[in-house]
Amino acid sequence: MSDIAERVKKIVVEHLGVEADKVTENASFIDDLGADSLDTVELVMAFEEEFGCEIPDDAAETILTVGDAIKFLEKNSS
Amino acid sequence: MFDLSGKNALVTGATGGIGGAIAAALHGQGATVAISGTRAEKLEEVAKELGDRVHVLPCDLRDRAAVTKLGEDAEEKLGQVDILVNNAGITRDNLFMRMKDEEWDDVIAVNLTSVFTLTRTILRNMMRRRAGRIVNIASISGVIGNPGQPNYAASKAGLVGMTKSLAREVSARGITANCIAPGFIQTPMTDALTEKQVETIAAAIPAAKFGTPEDIAAAVVYLASEEAGYITGETMHINGGMVMA
Repeated sequence: MSDIAERVKKIVVEHLGVEADKVTENASFIDDLGADSLDTVELVMAFEEEFGCEIPDDAAETILTVGDAIKFLEKNSS
Repeated sequence: MFDLSGKNALVTGATGGIGGAIAAALHGQGATVAISGTRAEKLEEVAKELGDRVHVLPCDLRDRAAVTKLGEDAEEKLGQVDILVNNAGITRDNLFMRMKDEEWDDVIAVNLTSVFTLTRTILRNMMRRRAGRIVNIASISGVIGNPGQPNYAASKAGLVGMTKSLAREVSARGITANCIAPGFIQTPMTDALTEKQVETIAAAIPAAKFGTPEDIAAAVVYLASEEAGYITGETMHINGGMVMA
């Protein structure tokens, strides 16, 4: 597992208060991890802070699963 | 109670009658305040009267980019904005059938759209901190309507609905959003009324007089305080009993 993946999962666990083993790459924030839509906005803000990048709104809308976030950040984080 | 020491507040429309009193009241409770308005000179006067713990940020709220920048500048000057008071408001009164597009657009832009834009900017860091107080100054006109003010009443009623929606989104995150709906208050805005209008209005007020800017400022202090953490999405009516909602 990449460093980015680990950091993403740590943020998700902390932010949503879910068990680490539930945070798989296929897990959907809303359907599987109990996030509401505002939680997903906050997660994106937390990713931006952790990885020092900006996630535009249209990209944020495509980040639905833990794997989506990891893929986006692997491509775009500095 | 209602101590605001160490808190930072941004107040728009601080050159107006009510806005100046709000800035003074928050400052008096210990807050550092950033005051905004269109008239830079008047802002400097208000700042001078208040003394230290004051920042002056002139802004034309019709300009969306300038509004976003106002939010960013306030965060930079203050470190963070704990209390946002969207007080700025203008009137461009006219009968519905005579109202010009520009009169409608100006009032909606300043009274409603700028509040959305500025709040969106400030909200981001309030969400991060899971704390914040947002107070929007609406009006009795938005609650009961007022002939000659279709634009103003629409903007103020719009604030009430917008504030309720915001409160539903963010209240679980330690942020409250409320409105205050002043009735008729002695300000330059109501000085424009004719003597006959004043008489007619006063006759409809159980308290039999216009309110003062300080009557409104006191309620802002309360809603901005830690103590008011459980009141959200509310509209506080301060109108001498003119409307009992």
